[in-house]
Amino acid sequence: MRVKRPTLVITFPTTTAALQWERQCQALNIPGRIIPVPVTITADCGLAWAMPPADRGRLEEVPELSRSDCLELML
Amino acid sequence: MIYLNNAATTLQKPPCVAQAVVDAMSHLGNGARGGHTGEMSAARTVFQTREALAKLFGFSHPERVIFTANATQALNTALFGLLNPGDHVIATDWDHNSVLRPLHVLARERGVEVDFLPADRQGRLRYDQLEELVRPNTKLLVCTHASNLTGNLLDVERAASFARRHGLYFLLDAAQTAGSTPISMEEMGIDLLAFTGHKGLMGPQGTGGLCVAPRVELRPLVSGGTGVRSFEEEQPAEYPEHLEAGTLNGHGLAGLGAAVDFILDTGVEAIHAHELALTHRFAQGIRDIPGVTVYGDFSGDRAPVVALNLEGWDPASAADTLAQDYDIAVRPGIHCAPRMHRALGTQDVGCLRFSFGYYTREADIDAALAALKEMAEPCE
Repeated sequence: MRVKRPTLVITFPTTTAALQWERQCQALNIPGRIIPVPVTITADCGLAWAMPPADRGRLEEVPELSRSDCLELML
Repeated sequence: MIYLNNAATTLQKPPCVAQAVVDAMSHLGNGARGGHTGEMSAARTVFQTREALAKLFGFSHPERVIFTANATQALNTALFGLLNPGDHVIATDWDHNSVLRPLHVLARERGVEVDFLPADRQGRLRYDQLEELVRPNTKLLVCTHASNLTGNLLDVERAASFARRHGLYFLLDAAQTAGSTPISMEEMGIDLLAFTGHKGLMGPQGTGGLCVAPRVELRPLVSGGTGVRSFEEEQPAEYPEHLEAGTLNGHGLAGLGAAVDFILDTGVEAIHAHELALTHRFAQGIRDIPGVTVYGDFSGDRAPVVALNLEGWDPASAADTLAQDYDIAVRPGIHCAPRMHRALGTQDVGCLRFSFGYYTREADIDAALAALKEMAEPCE
């Protein structure tokens, strides 16, 4: 059985914004990956960024980019 | 075949373009329609193409590079998205039917008012008459960057300065120049830039787009699925989804991205210099051929297009002879530029258009000149 882990989920208004975010995080070696937006946030479609909560502090390194929300979830 | 119809499409593309399309057709899913490997590859490919185009066009907002099927759809998106009943537009005699026909529909069906900046008998725009065309309700100046008939280049700085001075939006139709003439939206003061992917950009047909400066808001021309905000009844307000509905041409955009990367590596200035040198070689060569009438102004910078007529030949027969006897491809006719032909006085016959591209060689120019020389000789 899959074990759920705490995950920091960042959502975006557009797919392009999610990809811009991914580009910045990869350049900065911030761990994480693109995932479909979890249904606990919305049943709507779209992409989100998932990363370990322990690295939350590193978000300050990312230049100001369009993002909608930042939530900690069990995924 | 010697292909001298590059103003219609660039038949020869960098090999990386076809390879990118083939790779995309094997590996890309539907961008923004899921988060797994194929879909993400598509989303990233489209995003990278937006970024490359933004870099090429001196535009710092890749999310506002909107993809369309061609320049015509981009121009329709701009015109229908911006203009309201009672608005006034200034266009020019250089404009292609991709601008003229949407403006005609807007005038007939929505009460948009249109005036045209005239061109003289040499095809030169009468910039001195611009001020006379402004009205209190003028909202937009739309200009083609280069006449697809004469190859003459717009004085973009002058047009942009005029638009800025009168508080107008400035829409530039770069169908004939994107990829082969340097463009910087932000330095030049361009609010809306329409481009096609398959001409100077050397990408696949079925690609094109519109760059929308942040100060411009457009109504969507089409509405539909975006992969985000699916419960909302309206198109999302955010760009690019605001103006992109339905699945994009991901395979074509992969090819376009490869083409733009090639252009960025090669340098637009280098491409422009190569094409300009070919154009001057051709223009100088035809001076020695009797019975040739050349149209347009050759005094300054230009796009690699030369329009002419050959005494004793109708343009269609001349194009057919060039194709059949010399294996040279050119385009006769009106070139979707009716106002320009009227300005030049060629509306009854059209003309023969030679247009060059990055893969045109000096030997191709010389072969075309030799063919025209033979054709100009009196028939027995």
